[in-house]
Amino acid sequence: MSREGVQVAKPYQRMTREQIELVHRTSLELLEKPGVLVYSQEAVALLSDAGAKVTQTREGEYDAWWVSIPPSLVQKALESAPSKVVLGARNPENQIVMDAKGYHVYFGSGSETNFWLDVKPEIFVSQENPENQRVFPTITRRRGTVADLCKSAHLSDNLENLDFFIRNVNIQDPDINEGNKDVNKFFASLNNITKHVMGGLTDFGQMDHVVRMAEIIAGGREELLKNPVISFITSVIKSPLQVVDETAEKLIKIARLGLPVVISSSPQGGSTAPIDEAGMVAQVNAEVLTGIIINQLAQPGAPVIYGAVPVRARMDDLHDMYGVPEFCYYNTSCAQMARFYEVPCYSTAGVGDAKVPGIQAAAEKMFTHAVVPRSAPDIVHYAFGLLEKTNTFCPEQAVLDNHHIGMVKFLYREPRMDESEMERVKEIIEEVMQTPHRLYSRYTRRLLRSGGIFPAYPFEGEGDDQDETLLKTHEKVQEIMGRPRQHLSEAICREIYEQIPGLLPRLNPYEA
Amino acid sequence: MSEKIIEQIVANVLQGRRDKNDEGIDEGYDGTPGVTELVEEALEQGVPVEKVLGEGLSHGMTLVGEKYESGEYFIPDMLAAAEAVGAAMEIMEPYLVKDGGQGSKGKIVMATVEKDQHDIGKNLVTIMLKGAGYAVVDLGVNVPAARIVEVVEQENAGLLGLSALLDTTMPFMKETIEELKNKNLKDNVRVMIGGAPTNEDFAREIGADAHGKDAFAAVKIADQLL
Ligand code: B12
Repeated sequence: MSREGVQVAKPYQRMTREQIELVHRTSLELLEKPGVLVYSQEAVALLSDAGAKVTQTREGEYDAWWVSIPPSLVQKALESAPSKVVLGARNPENQIVMDAKGYHVYFGSGSETNFWLDVKPEIFVSQENPENQRVFPTITRRRGTVADLCKSAHLSDNLENLDFFIRNVNIQDPDINEGNKDVNKFFASLNNITKHVMGGLTDFGQMDHVVRMAEIIAGGREELLKNPVISFITSVIKSPLQVVDETAEKLIKIARLGLPVVISSSPQGGSTAPIDEAGMVAQVNAEVLTGIIINQLAQPGAPVIYGAVPVRARMDDLHDMYGVPEFCYYNTSCAQMARFYEVPCYSTAGVGDAKVPGIQAAAEKMFTHAVVPRSAPDIVHYAFGLLEKTNTFCPEQAVLDNHHIGMVKFLYREPRMDESEMERVKEIIEEVMQTPHRLYSRYTRRLLRSGGIFPAYPFEGEGDDQDETLLKTHEKVQEIMGRPRQHLSEAICREIYEQIPGLLPRLNPYEA
Repeated sequence: MSEKIIEQIVANVLQGRRDKNDEGIDEGYDGTPGVTELVEEALEQGVPVEKVLGEGLSHGMTLVGEKYESGEYFIPDMLAAAEAVGAAMEIMEPYLVKDGGQGSKGKIVMATVEKDQHDIGKNLVTIMLKGAGYAVVDLGVNVPAARIVEVVEQENAGLLGLSALLDTTMPFMKETIEELKNKNLKDNVRVMIGGAPTNEDFAREIGADAHGKDAFAAVKIADQLL
């Protein structure tokens, strides 16, 4: 058994077949000319051995190579890249099977925000009328810690619409440094959630430790390959069209380990990519293809995921924007490209540009939640609790997003419209017409119990002159935080602490 | 024996099953007798009427009410249960009268006032009142004041419920009460009003005895006034 996600049986087709092929041809042309600018010698070696034309150059202090990639290399990589990728989990029932030829969409969190919002209800007294006292939620913004990461993994384990976990807090404790960050962030995640854990690596040097940790949890190297409880995200591309040195090496190593990896490219329309949809999609597609090629050259058949994360630039400060229509254009078109290539797609929805939960955040988040998954990418990340364009995480917002994703999932149900259903409802109509009050409500009862009727908004307040949504969600967060945590067993924790250097003793639940 | 059938009545009230064709809420009831059939059977077996009413129907409705309060049940569940009990009450009526009682808990006339077609809310109120054990004469919609008063008199009703959903039809509530006064009936019958545009103040203003914000309030008012 694996997680169900949601089936989008008739994906939204923004581009026509001709437009998809045009994007594909344009990306191939871009890969030949101007080609990609590669800073990694190892990647250049792979590409040039495979027949790419390479010209050495110098970019500032560094050696770099202009690489002109012929269409045949693209073709070969797409042929060897698998269309099915399994994301494992501590609890095997939480596995995700990504199938680029299928139509299931899974939702996950992300990614490494700097700030965490604490919500606290406080009583306020009106200056005009001291009789008028109200409870309002106050919001405190502070830097995230490893304890917060544990909390958010636990919260995520309890959100029914969250299918996989990407850490959503950057751990900034004084005793965390580059040398111990990766092991601690992966351990804090894995020790508090039974779902799949996906993440990037800060330090190449810690990859072996992180993989070893995953092996211990999965029960060995072989078991890990069958049930990859972790997968990686590599931002191997720096838009426009540049391949980063260290990340390329990570990508090559992960491919050879046989673990799933997302090739993530996040160009910003209007600064690091054209703002026009045509240019954006052609460029980001070429960038992701480059990553897939390097990955497949390193290890043909390695599990790889098409990760286009195109965003739009905000015109008054050139920051990212996630809650705008162009974001939807870019992302739905990219999902179509991945489907065209039959490579599993990692997409994005549900980020608020707003700094705090509220009306703006809800509008922005719902907008992309409702649109992007309709194009049936395999996984949608950034979907829970992200605010201030991924700079801030708020657990209350994650609970809200969880419900909103439930609404969106309900939307994709196929119409139940066949002969037997019509016979059934005709009978009901005839029956009701013979009753004194002609009410259909009794016929809702079974459906209500089988989940066939969408419930009322669960965070509605009682008052009629104040929005209480955030207060209600806060109660829900408190309730979830009080539930028992699903830690790794004592034996596994012991083995991990014995073998993996750099873990903070305070993260071990069995050390009093 | 009688305990078993009372238990079944309670279970079927909880399922809101009027009769054997009713699907109810949970699996496993298909084709088994519903509340009306069970009540008939109980009376035939000679189970005392008060027992069927008290330990069966009323107790069942109390449990339904508790489930609604706790959030487990929704309005359709309440309505279905009330409908089942209401239908059973009609079967019980002759037995109750025979036993020397006055039949139901009391008689209520319900109507949506003249020029008003809205009846969903009024129907909810009617069904819930029946489910609570009252005999309700529902006159339907667009009922002129004179006709309402005529029926109140005929039926010797203890309570009259008026519903209006339009600001333009609210005055007909007042007209109905005036008509009761003209016929010297106002002392015999209490009046409760309801419907979205009405409120307590308006009720007081037109001389109604109570205003109910929903069907539950209507049952509470009936329990107090009758
Ligand atoms: C459904 C509806 C209709 C349906 C009615 C179908 C039906 N079978 O009843 C139809 C389409 C026929 C309709 C027609 C019209 N409607 Co209309 N309708 C509504 C609507 C959307 C819902 C009413 C409803 O059923 N609510 C659900 C029930 C459960 O609630 P309820 O009726 O309030 O009842 C509860 C309580 O009030 C209380 N209660 C009710 N009665 C009683 C009685 C007693 C004794 C007690 C104790 C308690 C009680 O208990 C009930 C259960 O909890 C309302 C909007 C609204 N939100 O109220 C407009 C509304 C009432 N309609 C309106 C209008 C304008 C009209 C039309 C004039 C439209 C038109 N231009 O044709 C016509 C008028 C027809 C007529 N002559 O009556 C306006 C009225 C504004 C006003 N002037 O006051 C409303 C408010 C919509 C709006 N905002 O514009 N309507």
